Amino acid sequence: MDKATVAAETAARMQDAEEVLRENNYDKARLVPILQGIQARYRWLSKDLISYVAKAVGLPPARVYGVATFYAHFTLKPKGKYIIKLCDGTACHVKGSTPILDALRTKLNIKPGHDSSDDMLFTVDTVSCLGACGLAPVMVVNDEVHGQVRPADVERIIDDVLAKEKKQSK
Amino acid sequence: MENMKKKTLTINGHEVEIGSEKNLLEVIRRIGIEIPTFCYHSELSAYGACRLCLVEVEGRGIMASCSTAPEPGMKIHTDSKKLRAIRKINIELLLANHKRECPSCIRSSSCTLQNLARRLGVEEIRYKQVTEFQPIDESSPALTRDPNKCVLCGDCVRMCKEVQGIGAIDFTHRGSHSKVAPAFESNLGSVECINCGQCVQVCPTGALTPKQEREDVWRAIHDPEKIVVASIAPAVRVGIGEYFNMPPGENLAGKLVAALRLMGFDYVYDTTFAADMTIVEEAEEFLRRVQAGGPFPMFTSCCPGWVKYAETNFPELNANISTCRSPQQMFGSIAKEALPKILNIPRENIVVVSIMPCTAKKFEAKLDKFKTNGIPDIDHVITTAEVGTMIHSFGIHFAELEAEAFDMPLGFGTGAGVIFGTSGGVMEAALRYAAEKINGKVPHAIEFPAVRGSERFKETTIQAGDKTLRIAVVNTLSEAKKVASEAAAGKSPYHFIEVMACPGGCVCGGGQPITNDRTSKIKRMNGLYKTDKNMQFQKSQDNPTVIECYEKFLDGRPNSHKAHELLHTAYENRDSVFDARYLVQKGSSPKCVSIAVCVTPANDEDHKAERVLNSMISLADALGVSSRVDIEAAYAPASATGRKAGEVMIGTVKLDGADMEAVKRVLAEELAKLS
Repeated sequence: MDKATVAAETAARMQDAEEVLRENNYDKARLVPILQGIQARYRWLSKDLISYVAKAVGLPPARVYGVATFYAHFTLKPKGKYIIKLCDGTACHVKGSTPILDALRTKLNIKPGHDSSDDMLFTVDTVSCLGACGLAPVMVVNDEVHGQVRPADVERIIDDVLAKEKKQSK
Repeated sequence: MENMKKKTLTINGHEVEIGSEKNLLEVIRRIGIEIPTFCYHSELSAYGACRLCLVEVEGRGIMASCSTAPEPGMKIHTDSKKLRAIRKINIELLLANHKRECPSCIRSSSCTLQNLARRLGVEEIRYKQVTEFQPIDESSPALTRDPNKCVLCGDCVRMCKEVQGIGAIDFTHRGSHSKVAPAFESNLGSVECINCGQCVQVCPTGALTPKQEREDVWRAIHDPEKIVVASIAPAVRVGIGEYFNMPPGENLAGKLVAALRLMGFDYVYDTTFAADMTIVEEAEEFLRRVQAGGPFPMFTSCCPGWVKYAETNFPELNANISTCRSPQQMFGSIAKEALPKILNIPRENIVVVSIMPCTAKKFEAKLDKFKTNGIPDIDHVITTAEVGTMIHSFGIHFAELEAEAFDMPLGFGTGAGVIFGTSGGVMEAALRYAAEKINGKVPHAIEFPAVRGSERFKETTIQAGDKTLRIAVVNTLSEAKKVASEAAAGKSPYHFIEVMACPGGCVCGGGQPITNDRTSKIKRMNGLYKTDKNMQFQKSQDNPTVIECYEKFLDGRPNSHKAHELLHTAYENRDSVFDARYLVQKGSSPKCVSIAVCVTPANDEDHKAERVLNSMISLADALGVSSRVDIEAAYAPASATGRKAGEVMIGTVKLDGADMEAVKRVLAEELAKLS
């Protein structure tokens, strides 16, 4: 891809950001909804988008970065299309969330130190509690909740997603 | 009836009248009880984070006195078993998180954390010591940031945002991961920080400190080949005393000269001399602008914090900033030009050490444009506090020294040069020059009280024939932002504006000794005005050594060709520091012309980013200059920056990217400038 095209693609992202900014009146008091709106489109907040938003609403980039790192909801690393949230709260931990995490990382071939698969289809995050301790161990794939998961179930759950993904892309 | 008139509360059983204080802390401090604080500064907003100013209010419990309004009838206790225990635990927790290397820390003995630990009797830390440390940020030429010593009081954050209007650093992450950092946790040296060092002045610990150059200076002093020359800035003489616990505001230049000679400096000169030269050049420049009708307003250029701020935020005002170098840089270029001839020594053996109240001067001295054959005109910049440390380490009893005089000829200054160190001083000095030149006679009154004082905005007018020239003086960058925005919009009513980045001017610079005395600012200012009154000459144009210097080294007159070469400069466009940028194509030459294409949503085909970018790339190819240009995409929100889609910035010239004729012409001009 030539560089001018890359630049133009980034421009398109800025255009999307501009839309979100306009919906929020470029109001710095609405910084959180603006960042939410942008993250909803790109699943993460890139450095250039954060700088862009800072300039557009008239805040120092350090302040916008501070807000983006304060809330766990925002992510500054690219995330996969499917985000798997594995609960590692007390109940899930005791019921064996660690082997499930291992199974997920092996199945998705996620390298040590990374949390997304190379094809950026999956991201695996551990979270502190999903509030469904009765179903421990629990994991959520985007909006789909899986309860009482065993490590052996991981294969099937991921394959189902992959099959669905394949059907969609056809 | 008595109670109706007087509003009172009780503090530790004593009845105290409530004055105009905004919070309990101020009331308590007024009656002489020094409640400990980290995060409270009267000029910043109350933050309530450090929890050291806690007091017990009967019927309400324990409250932070900095953020509680005084109310009649309150019964307050500032000390109790419980309060002592809480304060002590807070200090213990902070110390457990702290890189405790106190003996080798630059802030040892002026550190609030250290002092409070001693005061509150913390003898044992019951919590586990943090052992993993974050890297120290040494990227800035002016400041060192050691996150391991940060107590998260946020003083620096609020100083930078509220007083300077910048916000280069802020809190990031949360909870136990909280830290203060620049955007994206990048280095301080690569962001919009203007090096003013006001953060250093409010930092209670060694988390933010001036970059130390003391060792470099000692090395030069100990090198028998080198002739080490000092240049002492005006504001240093009224600040240095505080390092040695002497009262603020006394002019101690004589003692400082004596101390430097004892330490091994070969010659001790006065930056005031260069300040006089600055006035001659700058006032002449202003008078030329008055004749030529602009561009107005003209901004002063002595403050490197302001200059970087303007280059970053208002590059369109570059032509409005006086082209005069700051006194420091004028001193450097004159010293390196004149001293080899006067002292008969080779230029490369002269080491010029500038002693400044300022941290931004460290940044300024390292700029490429102030180097001759790769060697900086000013070799080292040390702050008032650093020179204090050096004197201390030599074992000199500073207070007992006999005053000595500066060396000649570069040690002769006038009162006009001395007052450069305070907000309004540069303007007053320039007006003393201009008033005489405009009216062709020596004026009776040479003082301009309208531009004096610690207010952040001051204004006055002077008469030039039938023209009234409007003058403004601002300090702090949040105040400067207002006049600069006005000027950028073409709506400034002023002809001449002095800007100093630090509140009150250089006397309160980031390199001055750190003090808790809230009156020292005004005392330092008054110290300079008092010195001015006692000087032999009070106007820069009367300085005989300046006149002699023009005759010998500068073709005999201000603004001559030689003067321009040695005493003037040009400004950069640092706009790129902020914008989200993408380097599309980098030239291979060491110096390239920057072509930045503004990428923002376009309404028509001609101004689409991809199209304009491609046309720039093909143009550079067609002209065979690809190696000498950097082509960048700059993502600037049109809504906030007033930029248009497809707009192109070539060097500092803004134009329509679809107008290829204009693009070609400007590109040719900018390339010609380069070679």
